[in-house]
Amino acid sequence: MNKPVAPPAPAERRPTDWQTPAMQRRIRRRYAAERRFRLLGLAAVFLSAAFLLYLLATMIGQGASGFTETRIALPLDLRGRVVVNPARLNGAGADLALAGAGLENAVDAAANAAYPRQGGATLLSDGAWLRVRDAIKRDPALLRTPTTIDVPVASAIDMAYKDDGDAASEAAVAALRPHLSRELNRGFFAGSDATDPTRAGIWGALKGSLLTMIVTLGLAFPIGVLSALYLEEYAPRNRWTDLIEVSINNLAAVPSIIFGLLGLAVFLGTFHMPRSAAVVGGLTLALMTMPVIVIAGRNAITAVPPSIRDAARALGASPIQVVFHHVLPLALPGILTGTIIGMARALGETAPLLMIGMRAFIAAPPGKLTDPATVLPVQIFLWSDEVQKGFVEKTSAAIIVLLVVLLAMNGVAIYLRNRFETRW
Amino acid sequence: MNHIAPKMTATGVNVFYGRKQAIRDVSIDVPREDVTAFIGPSGCGKSTFLRTLNRMNDTIPGARVEGDVRMDGEDIYARSMDVVQLRARVGMVFQKPNPFPKSIFENVAYGPRIHGLARSKADLTQIVERSLTRAGLWNEVKDRLSESGTALSGGQQQRLCIARAIAVDPEVILMDEPCSALDPIATAKIEELIHELRGRYAIVIVTHNMQQAARVSQRTAFFHLGQLVEYGDTSDIFTNPRQDRTKDYITGRYG
Repeated sequence: MNKPVAPPAPAERRPTDWQTPAMQRRIRRRYAAERRFRLLGLAAVFLSAAFLLYLLATMIGQGASGFTETRIALPLDLRGRVVVNPARLNGAGADLALAGAGLENAVDAAANAAYPRQGGATLLSDGAWLRVRDAIKRDPALLRTPTTIDVPVASAIDMAYKDDGDAASEAAVAALRPHLSRELNRGFFAGSDATDPTRAGIWGALKGSLLTMIVTLGLAFPIGVLSALYLEEYAPRNRWTDLIEVSINNLAAVPSIIFGLLGLAVFLGTFHMPRSAAVVGGLTLALMTMPVIVIAGRNAITAVPPSIRDAARALGASPIQVVFHHVLPLALPGILTGTIIGMARALGETAPLLMIGMRAFIAAPPGKLTDPATVLPVQIFLWSDEVQKGFVEKTSAAIIVLLVVLLAMNGVAIYLRNRFETRW
Repeated sequence: MNHIAPKMTATGVNVFYGRKQAIRDVSIDVPREDVTAFIGPSGCGKSTFLRTLNRMNDTIPGARVEGDVRMDGEDIYARSMDVVQLRARVGMVFQKPNPFPKSIFENVAYGPRIHGLARSKADLTQIVERSLTRAGLWNEVKDRLSESGTALSGGQQQRLCIARAIAVDPEVILMDEPCSALDPIATAKIEELIHELRGRYAIVIVTHNMQQAARVSQRTAFFHLGQLVEYGDTSDIFTNPRQDRTKDYITGRYG
């Protein structure tokens, strides 16, 4: 070994002078840069929060009245006008029996008699007589005794009562004010699309969205998770898997309308599946959501520490046991979060569904997957296109419903992440 | 030399990571009832060689093993060898304690459960208790078996990992620097535990710490630059090394 060598003499040490003007200026500049950056960040946060608040305030301001309807007190005396065999009022034939007995005309006549100068039957919503019909079904005695029923008014009157109507309707409302009242619009949560805004409801679109999401989730989740697991845990690293990885990343960035064209060509063109159906919408959105789930899944799986895999393998666990006993449970919170974010995106998607015909006027909620259906964002798009003033508040109300659903989904994602996340 | 047949024999083993050769022509016998220590400077290939004994290198992409490794005369690299079964027979304890993020009970019960070693719930409980007792952890954890294994201290976690390894009743236990992440007191406990386990299992321990090798092992192998430099009884290696490289290393010239 070599002999120890004396270290070179240290250079003369001169203490740093922190008080020179140049040094002071440098320090001041550093603090100023710090403050500037903090203010900039704060401004950015405030700006985005302000945009969000403005959006919410506008939507709630315009949409809240969409959840209510104006009703008018209608004195009704149906004795002699509507004659129905009481036996037919029970069971399935009741609707048909009452319609056949001329109930609609009788209701119109009652309005003409009660409010002749304000417009009579034109004051009533198209659906007013249906309210009377339902009341009679609940209480057949109404056919034999004079009574007063609150029924929904026509859209123009409804708007005027909500301080947003035309001059003629405003005048009518001024005269009728003591007879008018404002109630929660239950029909909005139970009905489907309609040409009369007072009869339009969101349930059809909401149900269409739910059915579509079920198909999307049922397809995209298992395929996405299995792909992610295979690519991370089994696939060899070579040019082919690199190619697949690049393709999946690209697929996640493809504009959604292109998936719509693909769905149109493949599901409708080649397989002749029904147009406007929730199943086709679900399939199309599944194509779009799958890459998102694969990417989120792969990230969650790579985040599982290799030491856990080693521990399981060293105990003699087979590859499938390593995956299902250790890797998947630990990666699941991340996979679920990614899935729900992907689903939320699919729920808000309009463009691809327009391509496969889900923009049709659908007046009844879909009963099964192959029934014609529409979804929430498409319904919003359709209503925003309507000329009638009553649809403005319905559009905003539908947007509120969509936002609430999205918020709920994101809430579930956060809950799942906090609930199942393992820390080590 | 031992007249009893060795537990494992390796002959002419070469290991490659891609184009890089990590192990050059190593031949070694692992005795049946003794503790064997692998010592050597960082990167000398002692951990790599350890991982050839239970085929854990298979899981590293690009790793390739040549040569002949036998356990009780059976070629463990034969095509007919069931790797999953092999790893149940050759347990392993890692450098960093790696308990599963599950309860203490589940950590130990996992191995017996996947191999169907317990016939009943009571049987399983008994295996868990016996393994934890042998690992010297039972008295410390018996009241909190349902707590997470990751909540234990580092030394306790490592003993839990040893308990987990012996719960499947392996024939060989490989320990890859089991004390390098532990404080001296925890290290002393693990060494004590290795003494207790000696004779019941063939134990191979990789260590950086020469004092540790001298304390716990009966046989010592010195690796340098991927080669086996010297292998013999621990007392001989430390008091009377035959090779200059061994002598330089154990006297602290390099390492």
